[in-house]
Amino acid sequence: MLELLTALFLLIGGAFALIGSIGLFRLPDLFMRLHGPTKATTLGIGGILIASMLHFSDQGQGLSLHEILITLFVFTTAPISAYLVARTGLHLDARNGHNAD
Amino acid sequence: MLKLAVAIALACIGSALLLNFWRLVRGPGPADRILALDTMYVNTTALLVLLGIHLNRTVYFEAALLIALMGFVGTVALCKYLLRGDIIE
Repeated sequence: MLELLTALFLLIGGAFALIGSIGLFRLPDLFMRLHGPTKATTLGIGGILIASMLHFSDQGQGLSLHEILITLFVFTTAPISAYLVARTGLHLDARNGHNAD
Repeated sequence: MLKLAVAIALACIGSALLLNFWRLVRGPGPADRILALDTMYVNTTALLVLLGIHLNRTVYFEAALLIALMGFVGTVALCKYLLRGDIIE
């Protein structure tokens, strides 16, 4: 039962990470491309970390809570880096003298 | 069944890394390249966690945490350099 749940979370995580990267690959503009990695990839790594937590809690060595550290770190820093990349894009557009089209 | 799911997830993350690498090489501006590199760091963290599940070892968490940390610091440093022309003012 727990193995089924782990497999399900792994598939969800992998699919969302792939969707985020497809967005980064295909969308036409920097400010559209920001959406893929910041939302879908963050959800994807969250799914994989939940799967890892379930899997290692099932090994008989008690609850496995290392992954919460990675989850907290990734989920707090993803918006900050997205904000900084967006500001860099705006700054470079303004410096080069054309509008963000 | 878990083996199959881990294999499928590894394939997904691997193709995601390839797409990110294409954007890193091709990306028209510096901001696109920084974004692609940041996404590659996050995907590499996921890849290491998956490797830990596959090999049934817990030592890979520390490596994954370090990669996530260094990736964030690298992104901030690159963005600060492009925004201000300096990293530490």
